[in-house]
Amino acid sequence: MQARQPQQRPETLPLPKEQLMEFYTHMLLIRRFEEMAAQMYARGRIGGFLHLYIGEEAVAVGSIAALETQDYIVTHYREHGHALARSMDPNRIMAELFGKATGTSGGKGGSMHLFDASRSFLGGYAIVGGMMPIATGLGLASSYLGEDRITLCYFGDGAVNQGEFHEALNLAAIWNLPVLFFLENNGYGMGTRVDRVCAVDEIHTHANIYGIPSRKIDGMDVLTVYEATKEAVEQVRSGKGPFFLEALTYRFRGHSMADPVEYRQRAEEEQWKARDPIDAFRTKLEGWGVLTEQEREAVEGRVDDIVDEAVRFAEDSPTPPPEALAQHLYAEKE
Amino acid sequence: MAEITYREAIRQALREALLADERVFLMGEDIGAYGGAYAVTKGFLAEFGEERIKDTPISESVIVGSGVGAAMGGIRPVVEIMTINFSLLAIDQIVNNAAKLHYMSGGQVKVPLIIRTVSGGGNQLAASHSQSLEHWFANVPGLKVAVPASPYDAKGLLRAAFQEPNPVIFVEHSLLYGLRGEVPDGDYSVPFGQADIKRPGKDVTIITYLRMVQVALQAAQQLAEEGVEAEVVDLRTLRPLDIETPVNSVKKTNRAVVVEETWRTGGFGGEIASEIQEKAFDYLDAPVARVAGKDVSMPYARNLELMAIPNQQDIVNAVKALI
Repeated sequence: MQARQPQQRPETLPLPKEQLMEFYTHMLLIRRFEEMAAQMYARGRIGGFLHLYIGEEAVAVGSIAALETQDYIVTHYREHGHALARSMDPNRIMAELFGKATGTSGGKGGSMHLFDASRSFLGGYAIVGGMMPIATGLGLASSYLGEDRITLCYFGDGAVNQGEFHEALNLAAIWNLPVLFFLENNGYGMGTRVDRVCAVDEIHTHANIYGIPSRKIDGMDVLTVYEATKEAVEQVRSGKGPFFLEALTYRFRGHSMADPVEYRQRAEEEQWKARDPIDAFRTKLEGWGVLTEQEREAVEGRVDDIVDEAVRFAEDSPTPPPEALAQHLYAEKE
Repeated sequence: MAEITYREAIRQALREALLADERVFLMGEDIGAYGGAYAVTKGFLAEFGEERIKDTPISESVIVGSGVGAAMGGIRPVVEIMTINFSLLAIDQIVNNAAKLHYMSGGQVKVPLIIRTVSGGGNQLAASHSQSLEHWFANVPGLKVAVPASPYDAKGLLRAAFQEPNPVIFVEHSLLYGLRGEVPDGDYSVPFGQADIKRPGKDVTIITYLRMVQVALQAAQQLAEEGVEAEVVDLRTLRPLDIETPVNSVKKTNRAVVVEETWRTGGFGGEIASEIQEKAFDYLDAPVARVAGKDVSMPYARNLELMAIPNQQDIVNAVKALI
């Protein structure tokens, strides 16, 4: 009996090993961070709404890796994944979820409003579609100032039926703004399946009506997302105007922690879960010999440490002082 | 000092800002090629070019939202919402984004945005084009709301708005554009949160803002001829609100009439009346009176429209009822 052939490492890896490992680490960090957030929510440490990004990790990690540090990001309220992919401090993100003074917004934004201006991460927006005009405005500022800077605007399939979606696409097109519109199509706007509420099957073609080129991609494969975003970013950066990407993905949990997910078929869920973006990427990396068992354990250990430390940090942090209530309502004159 | 119109005063403040700071630009519906629905920006396109005088689609939400984003991105937008009635199409961007971003980002983001718009009725434009909604915005923490009643205040408040690192709703009145008044030649501005006594008097305080200041001044003139000296207090900004000036006035006159163009129910006058009774209760010789628009949708017919909007005689009658 012939010995089983070991899986061959390809002649050349699609990306340097360090970058592949970074993708894997970031995706795993998001997954574990979100799982921990769910636990903390169950324990009453986190209040309000909590929208988890579990299942969609490849989208944030693959796309944000294609940006430069000066590029702006605006996004929706399921944005912990984007924040972590942008290398925002997990401690401060968790502290924000806990409503602590050390949080990214000093505890005043919460889960749906993460900001880090030092990373050009200009916010999670909780009104569906409400970040799209902001994105065109940021694009306008960059273009007006002649900056080498694009804006990446994430939104979900729920946003595409909002008026602001269409207003923003139109304005970006007529003014040739450097905005990459990025649709994370996870199939459901809260509990409503997208095809029940959108008259267009190929949603990305909405963009074409405004003369904006578009592409639909597999949002469960981090390398596909990265390559497609990189191409789109290059095009936008070169001054050719806006671009539109639609990534097909799936959230493995409910819309928020309050959602028992009674509107989805279990068979459908299983189909998508079988395509878990982290499992799929790990198998690929192992096949390529990039990720040994030892390395895998090391990454997992590191990620678990980061998440545990984030919880410790959040627990130990003080709540905002009473004077924070009225602080930052208005900016002070310089 | 020169005597200029309210329109010219606003135009001068805009033009000076455009000349002084390259980051300042204007955008809105028909502000460029058309010259502005109320001709405030006439000639600007030729002088400053398309990059800085931007005609937009009729898409109020993205006009304001782009203004918010552009302000966050380091430039100085002045967006024009042709009339305050259309601001309802942009209210998500004004209330959920412009007003809140500094706060909910923990101070990381600033929105130095001026939103110019035009309020009020009296042109037979019927129900959806005649509203006075500035007090809706005054209800929202995070916004500042300026309501100039004269050319002097219009220019001074707009100049102050350009110094603001916060979103400002700058509300003009369509019937004031032709009003003439003295405006200094040199640098000056009117600080936000500082009411102004437009006419001194000892018998009664009339507290109001925007176009109703002019109507109140006419009423005060008529009352003076009948021997009643009314003090007219112009709030000038609704947020921040200077309540001290009207309260001090009431402590002197012991009587107050609050006048506004908008609907009485839920109007800003209720806020003022409440503040006065809280802060000057012992000084009052009569209940605080209110004069406001009728609680109806604005009718088109001229005779009915005139009944819906407060006028000089309504104010005179309210004052006389107190004395």
